[in-house]
Amino acid sequence: MEYYLQLIINGLVVGSIYSLVALGFVIIFKATKVVNFAQGELVMVGAYVCFSLTVQYQLPFLVSFLLTLVFSIALAILVERLILRPLIGEPIISVIMVTIGLSSMLKSFVQMTWGTQIQVFPPILPQEPYILLGLPIAPVYVAAFGLSLLLFGVFTLFFKYSSLGIAMRATAFDQQAAQSMGIGIKSIFALSWCIAAVVSSIGGIILGNINGINAQLGHLGLKVFPAVILGGLDSLLGAALGGLIIGVLENICEGAAKDLFGLGGFKEVASFAILVIILMIKPYGLFGTKEIERV
Amino acid sequence: MSMHKCGLFYTTYAREDGLFPSKFQKTCLALFFAVLLACPQFLDSYVMSILNLILIAVIGAVSLNLLTGVCGQMSLGHGAFVGVGAYGAAVLSNLGIPFFLALLGGGAVAAMIGMVFGIPSLRLKGIYLAISTLAAQLILEYVFLHAGSLTGGANGLPVDAPEIMGYSFDTDSKIFYLILLVTVLCVLVVTNVIRTRPGRAFVAIRDYHQSAENVGVNLFAFKLQAFGLSSFLAGIAGGLWAHYTMYITPEQFSMGLSISYLAMIIIGGMGSVLGSIFGAIFITLLPEMLNLLTTSLGGIAPDLSAIIVPMKEGVFGLMLVLFLIFEPEGLARKWRLTKAYWKLFPFAY
Repeated sequence: MEYYLQLIINGLVVGSIYSLVALGFVIIFKATKVVNFAQGELVMVGAYVCFSLTVQYQLPFLVSFLLTLVFSIALAILVERLILRPLIGEPIISVIMVTIGLSSMLKSFVQMTWGTQIQVFPPILPQEPYILLGLPIAPVYVAAFGLSLLLFGVFTLFFKYSSLGIAMRATAFDQQAAQSMGIGIKSIFALSWCIAAVVSSIGGIILGNINGINAQLGHLGLKVFPAVILGGLDSLLGAALGGLIIGVLENICEGAAKDLFGLGGFKEVASFAILVIILMIKPYGLFGTKEIERV
Repeated sequence: MSMHKCGLFYTTYAREDGLFPSKFQKTCLALFFAVLLACPQFLDSYVMSILNLILIAVIGAVSLNLLTGVCGQMSLGHGAFVGVGAYGAAVLSNLGIPFFLALLGGGAVAAMIGMVFGIPSLRLKGIYLAISTLAAQLILEYVFLHAGSLTGGANGLPVDAPEIMGYSFDTDSKIFYLILLVTVLCVLVVTNVIRTRPGRAFVAIRDYHQSAENVGVNLFAFKLQAFGLSSFLAGIAGGLWAHYTMYITPEQFSMGLSISYLAMIIIGGMGSVLGSIFGAIFITLLPEMLNLLTTSLGGIAPDLSAIIVPMKEGVFGLMLVLFLIFEPEGLARKWRLTKAYWKLFPFAY
């Protein structure tokens, strides 16, 4: 029993990072209808830049954290301007493929700059674990969970009350109508990429603190698909819950497969098996908008 | 085909329907094949191995183009279907089944698996279908890795070189003729399927699925057929690959392979058979060109070889992005424009 409890708690922590990355994904999809296959690479680039600033340039963690966010914003604006904007209105396969091309480019940039070995972040938080329900939990896990809850709170309020957030929702709902009401669609698109890059970088930094960083970090981007499909591609709440649910489910599946059948590495595929089932039953997810087509 | 010479008049309907209606086209094609057949006499085994890989890539790209370019069903799992064919053919031929039967068997297994993963396509479109095929890719990769008794797991599976009537195709030059034969057959199959009733149904589904349904196209049946045929040909490509490389491991059929097939059809031209061939050549040659570049620059910049592996991926991504932005219809369109230019040369109108 304790074994499964531990699995659930680990799942919640990893799931909260999935949620963060999913949040970036959903924000881009909501405002621009672009499916971003390079989300995982944005996570990786953020983690490496922060690592580089803290370890190689010896900056205090907070400074390098903020500089990383500035870097991600610059990167996002560049990407949106140069790569995504020329493809507005192109068929969906082109848009998907351009983000796949982008992910190859980012991956190659990271490997050319930092190599492929695992790099370890210097410990930022204390190492002694807290004890919760008789189980040890590292402080970095608690911080990860808390930080993603905080960011979700901030973004929910942002979309609900700030005029910029409302403008973004309006753009997502109907681009033409929003434009005729004086909303600058192009800056909204750029803004959504910036937010996505920032939350991904934060996810990357947290993850780097937990597991260390290597070139495989980009794989996380794939893990986000089950989470967003479960939650619904265009729902913030869905991204949050989807991430947590997938995190917990894949941990339990992994543990159960090892416990009962002695199968290893089931985690990698469990979330995708769940994904296929969700797609068959509820293609638009728990909270996604159902597209209705009539002739 | 809209690229005929002007002044070409048909006297029978059969001739108008022909694949190569003009004598000029037939002559060009015959010359091309004559050169291709003579290749093994003049080229060394390294170049022949690249040629073989290109031919195998052509089958993969043409089959994906049938599914994605012609029928409009995006698949991120094509590399895994190639893998199913490779493992299927390898297991069958290790059981002692003759080469051609094993190849067809591998194709049949791939077709079956492809159709199973094609079932969701009735309810899902666009991004949702792309993600469900991505799931297929990852699930199949897991199976390759963990069905150890059948696939050899992470250690891989050795395969013998193909043998027909006691004649073993064990060198790059010998197997070239075999691969060329199968590739030409596969390309002919796809070209002709596009010209027939199911092919037109595929195009109708791609262009607008509801109108297609209204004019009596059975969406489910035709989508499944597209998935089945495409995966069958992918399986044939995989079977050839297994017999050619004589050793298969799960990493060969990863997500990266699926993405490079998609890149081939995008760079070549969606929905165009000729484009798939161009794309396969381009994407297979790209890393070889980079190798050549680094060896020739080795004296000037010796550090270059350390970053060549990640650089390949970056250049691949860059090519993909540049083509999507500047030439979304791919090399097939460039080819058409070039031909149109020479038709009128030296006049520009």
